[in-house]
Amino acid sequence: MAKTYSAGVKEYRETYWMPNYTPKDTDILACFKITPQAGVPREEAAAAVAAESSTGTWTTVWTDLLTDLDYYKGRAYAIEDVPGDDTCFYAFIAYPIDLFEEGSVVNVFTSLVGNVFGFKAVRALRLEDVRFPIAYVMTCNGPPHGIQVERDIMNKYGRPLLGCTIKPKLGLSAKNYGRAVYECLRGGLDFTKDDENVNSQPFMRWRQRFDFVMDAIDKAERETGERKGHYLNVTAPTPEEMYKRAEYAKEIGAPIIMHDYITGGFCANTGLAQWCRDNGVLLHIHRAMHAVMDRNPHHGIHFRVLTKILRLSGGDHLHTGTVVGKLEGDRASTLGWIDLLRESYIKEDRSRGLFFDQDWGAMPGAFAVASGGIHVWHMPALVTIFGDDSVLQFGGGTLGHPWGNAAGACANRVALEACVEARNQGIAIEKEGKEVLTKAAASSPELKIAMETWKEIKFEFDTVDKLDVAHK
Amino acid sequence: MTMSEMQDYSSSLEDVNSRKFETFSYLPAMDADRIRKQVEYIISKGWNPAVEHTEPENAFDHYWYMWKLPMFGETDIDTVLKEAEACHKAHPNNHVRLIGFDNYAQSKGAEMVIYRGKPV
Repeated sequence: MAKTYSAGVKEYRETYWMPNYTPKDTDILACFKITPQAGVPREEAAAAVAAESSTGTWTTVWTDLLTDLDYYKGRAYAIEDVPGDDTCFYAFIAYPIDLFEEGSVVNVFTSLVGNVFGFKAVRALRLEDVRFPIAYVMTCNGPPHGIQVERDIMNKYGRPLLGCTIKPKLGLSAKNYGRAVYECLRGGLDFTKDDENVNSQPFMRWRQRFDFVMDAIDKAERETGERKGHYLNVTAPTPEEMYKRAEYAKEIGAPIIMHDYITGGFCANTGLAQWCRDNGVLLHIHRAMHAVMDRNPHHGIHFRVLTKILRLSGGDHLHTGTVVGKLEGDRASTLGWIDLLRESYIKEDRSRGLFFDQDWGAMPGAFAVASGGIHVWHMPALVTIFGDDSVLQFGGGTLGHPWGNAAGACANRVALEACVEARNQGIAIEKEGKEVLTKAAASSPELKIAMETWKEIKFEFDTVDKLDVAHK
Repeated sequence: MTMSEMQDYSSSLEDVNSRKFETFSYLPAMDADRIRKQVEYIISKGWNPAVEHTEPENAFDHYWYMWKLPMFGETDIDTVLKEAEACHKAHPNNHVRLIGFDNYAQSKGAEMVIYRGKPV
């Protein structure tokens, strides 16, 4: 029977709270952590979030009746306590797949984390997790190449890859910058990286940087007999400029380029990822600005969601935090989103912050990148935590070696290989790390000096964003 | 640190000993015991062991010469070691590498040079 029109403001829960709804396999599911305004019941707040992130407007409009809003609406179907925090609760919302344009993480985010985040009925709102149905996953391009193809292209097997961000991050001339790259690569690193701040500033325009860096890669390859790369940052003010730089990187034979997917934007990133697949260029992804969104435990977007968005948008590497270094990260939670980045099927596991099963089907996985504040002494823990499908990036831990970049690179390479060999032998390297490294240093003066240089450095700040667990 | 305490990083186009060959090539050359443990690791992971070799001057190439076929389903460490030794004996100046093919990942779970050839 047809509905009649009645103007005015309705309670959201009349329409959008559906505790008996069984989510469909094709629904996009979201878990929000909602901190409601005082006096707003949980069901009403959850329904309001469902409404404002899908079909709802603050008042009823006559054109609602020209369509079947009961089909298109988001449905708040469950509410749960947040362990250890009475100020907020989890709300689970199901969205019909029709609400989202195929292959568009832009469109998904515009709805899920759009106007609703400024909505008055909630004091704070955080998107904790999203389940993308395989039906939607298959409409996305995903990583241009993935882990296995990158290993084949770069000829690196059975170990994590080694990288280094070139420092100082701003101010070097292109030719001096290329020197720093060359020294790292000849010393044994697989990759070097542009700092995210390096785009095309007056002191070093992109064109000269690309030329000198490529010269460094070519020579290091001839010298070491190993395949090398440098993440040439093509993040640019406009998509046209970004593609121009990417095309030039391809023209000179660079194996890998780099993009900042949040500051550069999801639209640019998705386009660039498709370009990379078409052109056989690997894509490293940096995540500048992520902490603006993912650090506050009550408001924003959890990094596990940003990880899923990147896997759909496309990238062959993604920075994931180090657990052991100077930056944020809780071990179980980090392992959770590392799985989301690399594995093909990830089970719900609240102990690792995973609210849903996630099936990626045939979509390739990407390398997890650990970067920031790490050095040779962290190697045993890094190899244990991250496993082989990772890129371990030592910036200061390479360039700060007292004998220079090549020696620093060599120290890291020796430490890495010693840890991998010991792990393969069944040695518990996180526990026996000191013995493993000390033994390796006996035949590597570069490693010995590195161990003396960094021995005392520790980073032991507590994390701000922890997993929600009862602590009352 | 004074300049005299600093050690030069010795590596050049001219010095053929600068040429590396990926995983474990920054560690000392393997002895029989260390080789055995890596074969054991490959078998314990359920990977398929294989042996390949090349002239050191062609080590950069993706494709090395296969020694026979990969040992699909082989779980005996000594059988694998025997094939690796036979390859080394037949090509004493070549690099010989041990591989563990991970057919589920469609990749190599392990790859390492276990006999180092004569640098040229």
